[in-house]
Amino acid sequence: MKALNERDLKILAAEIRLETLKVIHSLGFGHVGGSMDLADLMAVLYGAVMRYDPKNPRWEDRDWLVLSKGHSGPVAYATFGLMGFYPMEEAYTLNKPHTRFPSHTDRQLTPGVDLTTGSLGQGVSSAMGAAVGNKIDGRDNHVFVVVGDGEADEGQVWEALHFASAKKLDNVVVFIDNNGYQLDGPTSAILDHGDLAGKAAAFGLYTQQVDGHDVAAIYHAIENACAHKGAPSCIVLNTCKGKGATFAESSHAHSSQPTEEQWQEALAASEKALEAVKKEAM
Amino acid sequence: MSIELIGRHEKDSRACRDAVAGNLEKLMDSDPTVCYIDCDLAGCINTKKLIAKYPDRAFEAGIAEANAAGIAAGLAATGKKVFMHSFGTFASRRCYDQIYMSAAYAGLSVRVLGSDAGVTAAYNGGTHMPLEDAAMYMSIPGATVLDPADFDQLAALTNALAEREGVSYTRFIRKGVIRVYGEGSEFEIGKGVVLHESDKDVCAVIASGLMLDEALKAWEALAAEGIAVRVIDMFTWKPLDEDLVEKAARETGAIVTAENHNVTCGLGSAVANCLARKCPTPQEFVGVQDRFGQVGPQDFLMDEYGLRAANIVAAVKKVLGRK
Ligand SMILES: Cc1ncc(C[n+]2csc(CCOP(=O)(O)OP(=O)(O)O)c2C)c(N)n1
Repeated sequence: MKALNERDLKILAAEIRLETLKVIHSLGFGHVGGSMDLADLMAVLYGAVMRYDPKNPRWEDRDWLVLSKGHSGPVAYATFGLMGFYPMEEAYTLNKPHTRFPSHTDRQLTPGVDLTTGSLGQGVSSAMGAAVGNKIDGRDNHVFVVVGDGEADEGQVWEALHFASAKKLDNVVVFIDNNGYQLDGPTSAILDHGDLAGKAAAFGLYTQQVDGHDVAAIYHAIENACAHKGAPSCIVLNTCKGKGATFAESSHAHSSQPTEEQWQEALAASEKALEAVKKEAM
Repeated sequence: MSIELIGRHEKDSRACRDAVAGNLEKLMDSDPTVCYIDCDLAGCINTKKLIAKYPDRAFEAGIAEANAAGIAAGLAATGKKVFMHSFGTFASRRCYDQIYMSAAYAGLSVRVLGSDAGVTAAYNGGTHMPLEDAAMYMSIPGATVLDPADFDQLAALTNALAEREGVSYTRFIRKGVIRVYGEGSEFEIGKGVVLHESDKDVCAVIASGLMLDEALKAWEALAAEGIAVRVIDMFTWKPLDEDLVEKAARETGAIVTAENHNVTCGLGSAVANCLARKCPTPQEFVGVQDRFGQVGPQDFLMDEYGLRAANIVAAVKKVLGRK
C-alpha cells in the first residue's frame, strides 16, 4: 500500500466519475447509479492500495479485483483507462458492436478485468476460488470483491462468505456497496436485509462499516482489513447510488437514459467538481 | 383457434411486457388463487402494479431466483396458480434444479416467465442473453415451452397458461415488436399455426418468436422468385405439434427451422427429432450456431448471428438442393 494522500485520491475519484459519465454518455444510456457510487473505492484501490501492472494485466503477483455486481463495468473501464491499461477513448465504445467494453465485466474482453460477472452472486464465489488459488501458489496478494446490497439477496453470496471464513481466506476483502437501492427500488422494500454488517460478522468475517465516499476512511478500513490475519474481511460501504451524476443522484435510478441536455449538465458539473478538488488546499 | 394474420412488418406501438402485465392483472382480479413472484425485475415488465394491488399474493423474492422457484413450488402445493418472472437467463439457469425437482418432479405447476428472449437482451450483453433457456425447459418431462411472436399472441397465451397444469416456460420479448397477429387472435398451446400454404410448396419454414416475421419476409422474397414455401408458426416448442410437422414434411419434402436460440438444442432440434422418427427429411437450421451471446444493438445481433429473412431464404435454397 502507498501512503495515504487524500487530496490525490479525491482528485482521482473525481476523474473516475467524469470518465465514467463519458463512457456511458458515449452510448447515451446505461447503469449510471451503481457505477458512480464506486468511484471513491476505485480511486483508493487503484490509486493507493492495489498492486498491478497496466502493461501486464495478468501479472501473476497482482492484486485481483472482482466486480461481482458486474453492471458497474463503466466505473472499472474509466479507472483502468485512467491507469493506462488502454487509451481512455477506447472505452467510449461501450456496448457498441464488437466492443471490448460490454455492460457487464468480461475477463476475455477487457484488460484489467480479472473475472467475468453479470449474473449476480457468482463473482463472489469465483473470487474465493482465485483467493484459494493464490494461496496454493504461495502469493501474498489480495482479492478484492465488490458485492451489491441487492446482490446480497442471492444465497450464493452467503455460501461464498461461509466458505471464505471456514477456509480462513485472509487474502480476501469483500466490499458491500450498501447504497440502499436495487433495480426495483429500495432494498428495504424489496427484501429487507436488516443489519448487513452484523450478518457478515456473524458469518465470521472481520467486518467494518465506513462512509463509502470518504477516501481516507476507505483507505484505513482496507489497511485494517489487510493487517487482519486468520479470517476474510468485509467492508460495508455506505454509499449514495448515482453519486456525482446530477440526473441520478437524487432518484438513485438503476439505469438512466437522460436527454442530451441533462448529459451536458452532468458532464459540466462533474468537470466543475474535479476542478474544485484540484483547488482544495490540503 | 382462429387467427387474423396482419403480417405487414409494422412495429407495434404496444410493448409486449404489457400483454403479460395487463393479462396477469385481469387474472388476479378474477381468480384469488393466482400468485405472482418477481426477482427484482418487476419494473422491467411493468408488474409493480400487481405487487401494489395484491401485496399478499404478488411479491418480490429479491435477486434470488432459486429461492423464488422453491417458493413458487411450495405455493403451488397449497393450490395456488403461480407465475414467476425474471430475465430468461436467470429464470432458467439460476433456478433450474429448483424448478426441476421442487416443482416438475414433485408434480407441482409453476408458470415461469423469462423476459428478453435471445438476442433481444441486446445491450445487457452475453451474460444476459438466453440462447439455451428453452432447451433447459424442454428437457424437463411434461413441461410446456412457448416462444410467442407478438403482443396479441403473448396476451392470449398468458391467459391460457393460468389453466395449464405442470411446469411451463414462456420466453418473451419486453419491447414493442413487429405485429404479426390481429387483436383477439386465438391460439391453442401445442398446436402450430399455418400462415401460408399452397399445393405448390416445395419446403416448409417452421419458425416462432422473433423469427416469425423474418419467415414471413422470406416467404415474400421466395414467392417473388417463384419458390412457394409453407410458413408455420410453431410457438409451442414443447409439446411439439408433431402431426403438423410430419404433414409439412410429407407434403413439401424439405424443412427449414428458424429460431432466436441455439440451434443445437431448440426448435430445430425438436423438429429434427420428430422427423427422424416419423419422416426423415432434409432440414436446414437457421438460428444461433452454437455460440454465446454478446453485447450490441438488436439489429447488429440479428445480422451477426444470421437471424434474418435472407438467412432463411438461403437456407431454403440450400435444402432444396439436398432434396
Ligand atoms: C442473477 C441475476 N438476477 C438478476 C439480475 C438483473 N439485475 C441486474 S442489476 C440488478 C439490481 C442490483 O442491485 P444491487 O446489487 O444493489 O446493485 P446496485 O444498486 O449497487 O447497482 C438486477 C436485479 C442479474 N444481473 N443477475
